[in-house]
Amino acid sequence: MTASSPTTVSTNGGTAYRTAEEIGRTPRGPRPLPPLGEQTEAATPPMVDTVLESGLRVIAVRRPAVPMVELRLRIPFAGTERLHAARAEVLANTVLTGTERRDRARMDTDLALVGGELSAVVDPERLSIGGSALATGLDVLLDVLADALTAAVYRDEEVAREKDRLVERIAVAASEPSVIARLALQRHRYGDHPFTKEMPDAAEVTQVAPSDVRRLHRGAVVPRGSLLVLVGDIDPETAIDAAGEALLGWRGDSSATTLPPLPELSGGDILLVHRPGAVQSQIRLSARAISRTDPRYPALQIANLVYGGFFSSRLVENIREDKGYTYGAHSYFEFTPHSATVLVDADTASGVTSAALWETRYELGRLGLVPPAQSEVDVARSYATGSLLTSTASQAGLCSTLATLAAAGLGYGWLREHPARLAAVTADQVAEMALEFFAPTAFTGIVVGDAEELAGQLRAIGGVVLP
Amino acid sequence: MAAPELHRFTLDNGLRVVLAPDRTAPVVGVSVHYDVGFRSEPEGRTGFAHLFEHLMFQGSESLEKLAHFRHVQSSGGTFNGSTHPDYTDYFEVLPSAALERALFLEADRMRAPKITEENLRNQIDVVKEEIRLRVLNTPYGGFPWIWLPPVLYQSFPNAHNGYGDFSELEQASLDDCAAFFDTYYAPGNAVLTVTGDFTVEQAAEKVHDHFGDVPARPTPARRSFAEPAPQAESRRVHTDPHAPLPAMAVGYRLPDPATDLAAYLANVVLAEVLCDGDASRLQQRMVHQEPLVTDISMGCGLFGAPLDARDPDTLTVTAMHSPDVAVDRVLTALDEEIERLAAGGPQPDELARVAARWASSLHREHDRITSRTLALGSSELLHGRAELATELPNLLGAVTADQVAAAAKCLRPDSRAVLTVPAAGGAQ
Repeated sequence: MTASSPTTVSTNGGTAYRTAEEIGRTPRGPRPLPPLGEQTEAATPPMVDTVLESGLRVIAVRRPAVPMVELRLRIPFAGTERLHAARAEVLANTVLTGTERRDRARMDTDLALVGGELSAVVDPERLSIGGSALATGLDVLLDVLADALTAAVYRDEEVAREKDRLVERIAVAASEPSVIARLALQRHRYGDHPFTKEMPDAAEVTQVAPSDVRRLHRGAVVPRGSLLVLVGDIDPETAIDAAGEALLGWRGDSSATTLPPLPELSGGDILLVHRPGAVQSQIRLSARAISRTDPRYPALQIANLVYGGFFSSRLVENIREDKGYTYGAHSYFEFTPHSATVLVDADTASGVTSAALWETRYELGRLGLVPPAQSEVDVARSYATGSLLTSTASQAGLCSTLATLAAAGLGYGWLREHPARLAAVTADQVAEMALEFFAPTAFTGIVVGDAEELAGQLRAIGGVVLP
Repeated sequence: MAAPELHRFTLDNGLRVVLAPDRTAPVVGVSVHYDVGFRSEPEGRTGFAHLFEHLMFQGSESLEKLAHFRHVQSSGGTFNGSTHPDYTDYFEVLPSAALERALFLEADRMRAPKITEENLRNQIDVVKEEIRLRVLNTPYGGFPWIWLPPVLYQSFPNAHNGYGDFSELEQASLDDCAAFFDTYYAPGNAVLTVTGDFTVEQAAEKVHDHFGDVPARPTPARRSFAEPAPQAESRRVHTDPHAPLPAMAVGYRLPDPATDLAAYLANVVLAEVLCDGDASRLQQRMVHQEPLVTDISMGCGLFGAPLDARDPDTLTVTAMHSPDVAVDRVLTALDEEIERLAAGGPQPDELARVAARWASSLHREHDRITSRTLALGSSELLHGRAELATELPNLLGAVTADQVAAAAKCLRPDSRAVLTVPAAGGAQ
C-alpha cells in the first residue's frame, strides 16, 4: 500500500489544516460502489410448535449461538370493566413478587443464580411475561414462571407498595410528551374503547384491592389461548417436555380474553391539544391499514417504507435531511387482532410545526399522485428483505418476532416465505396501495403543542380543530 | 460463551483492524471507532463532536448527500453513530452479501467526507431538534449525564454539556469542521471492527482494498483529562420544568481502569450487589422495606455501561423519590449500606448472583451483532484489548469480597457530587 500525503495544505487562521473543500476530494476522484456479494440464506432452525393439553401453545426453537434461552409468554388479557386497566397494571407489577413458596427476594435470587430474569408488562390486549436465563437454568426459569402463574399470592403489603410506586410512575409517564400525544391520539381515534386504556389513572389504581388482583389472576391468567415461545441453546423436544412438566399445574376452564374489534378508522380533522410552554410539538397521524395476512400487505409494506418507514424515505429526506424540521420522522403499522392501522409521527420545534405538518400531508398526497418509482420500490424491498435477516439474527430478536407473529396466527413459515412475497410486488401494486391507504383524506390525528404559538398558522392551513 | 475468534492487524496508514468471524447467522457488522469524543471538543464549541458525527453521514467524495443511508438500507442493513466522552462510533449491520459495500462506505468518509455549508446548517437544525426531543421538552432530560458532571468535575473537558449550547452549535463553521477532521479523524486514530459471517482471508483482503489508500496523517497525542478527586461533598440543584417527582443523582470518582482494572471492576460488582434486582441491598431496603424511593439504580459510567470511558470515570447512583422524603434521608440510607458493605463485604451468594447475571447479560449482548461489534471496537480503542469485552464475566466472577469491601471504603460522603432535581412547581 502507498500512503500518499494530502494534496494541499492551506492555512486557516494560522493553523495548518486543509479546507473542508480540499478534504472532500482526492486525486483519484469518486469511486464506484462495489456490487453485493452472494447472500447465504438463514438456516431453518430445528423447532417444535405444539399445543399442550391445557390449551397453551408452545413453540421451542434451537438457536445455539450463545448458551442462553429466551422466553416469551403472551396471555390475551383484555377487559371491559371500568377498573380493568388499573387491576391489570397492579397485577403485572406484583405477579412476580411472591408465591406460597417464594417471597420477592427469593424469586429474584433463584433467577439470579442461573443468570435469569423475568418481568411482566400489560397492555390493553395482553399480559406479557418475558425473560431469559443461561440455557442450563431453563428448568429454574420455568419453575419460577410456573410458580408465579399457579401460586402468586399478591401479599397485601406488596400490592400496597406497588400501588404507591405505580401512582408515582404514572405521574412521571403522564408528563412525557410522547405519552401525552399517544393518549390524545387514542382518544381521538377510538373514544373510550378499551384499546385506548394503555395506562390507568392514578385514582383508579388507588381503588384496586389485593382481592381484586387475586380474582383477576384466577379468571384471566389462563393457558387456553395463550402462547409460550422458547428460543436458544436448547433441544426443542426436551424443552417442550420441560415446559409441559413445569406448567402441569397451570389450568383454567376459560379461554384468555381477547380485545373486542376496533371500529374502522376513517379520515377527519386533526385535533390540536394544548400543552402550555412546550418548545416542541408532537405530530401524530393515523389511517386504516390491513393485516399481514391480507394478500395486498407486502405492497402496502413497501408503500409505507417509501413514505416514512425508514431513513431513506420521502418524509425523512424532506422534513429532516432537507428542511431540518425534525430529528426523526416515522411511519409504521400497528397491528391489532383483527386489523391494522398506519401511524405517522414527528416531533418538531413550535416555530416549524405547521410547516412540518404541511409537508407531512403533502408527502401523503404525493405518494398517491407521484407514486414510488421502480428505484424507490427496489430500495424499500431490499430493506424489508434484509431486515427480516438482521432482526431475527439474535435469540432475543427471533423469540420476540415469533411471539408477535404467532399472536397474529402466523408462524416461522411466514417469515421464511415473506422474501418471496416481497420479491413479487410490482411498482403498480405499490402505487395502488399508496393511492388508497395514504390519501391525505384517509388520515386523522392530533398535534400536541403550545396552542398560543401554533393556532394562527394551523388555522390558516386548515383541517385542524383548535382548542 | 466460547471467546470469539479474534484477528487483528494494522494497515500502513495506522488503521487498527479487528476481525471477529462468526458463521452462525448470515449477517455482518462493521464499525469504525474514532479516538475523539465530547471531552476533546474545544471550549466555545460545546456539542461539536456530536454535531460532527452527524456531518459524517452527509456525503463523501463518492457519495452524494443521502447516498450513505440509501446504500446501507438498499442492502437490507441498518446504521447509526454515537458520540461518547472519549470516542465516536459509526456502524452498519447488514446481510453478509453487503460486507464489501459497508467497508467501501466507511472508507470513503474516512478518506474524503464532503462537508458543505448547506449540510452544516441543516444538521445544526436537526441536532437542535434532537436536543429539544431528548432534553428541553421532556421530564428528566439529560439527567444525570449532562447535569451531574459539572458538580463532580472542575475542568471544561469533564464538566461541560456534551450536547452543547444552542448558541455555540450555531457558531460552528466549516473551518471548525476541517480542523476537527484533520486533527482527529486520521486512520491512525481509529479502529475498524468487522464481525459476522465471512472468512478472515476474504475480509482482510477487502479491508486492504478499501482502506489501504486512505492517506496517513499525524495522530494527535492523547490528552490526559485527569483532575484531582473532590475534597468535599459538592451539591447542586438542577431545575427541570417538567419533572413531576423529585430526583437525585450521586456521583463518585472511579479508579483508573488503565492502571487498576481490578479496583474498577470491584466497583462494578459493588453496584450490582447494592442495586441490581429485588434481592439487592438497596432495592430491598430503600424501595420495599422503608420505603424511601420509587426507583433507584447504580452503575459504573454515566451511560449505564462500565469501561465506556477512560479516566476519569463516574460511579453513578440515581433515584426518584416522593416529595415527602428528604434528600438527606435517602443519602443517609445509601451511606449506611455502603458502610455496611465496607465493614462486612458481600456474602458468597451475593457474589454468585452477580457473576451469573453478568455472564448471561454478556452472552445476550454478544448475541446481538450490533452490540458485539461495538463492544469489541470500543474495548480495542479505549483499553487496547478487544478481548476485554468477552473476558468481563470471568474477570467479574474473580472479584473477591475483600476487593468489594475495599471499593466500598472509597465511596466517601466527603468526596462526591450530589445533584438534586426538585419537582416542578416547588415540591422538594
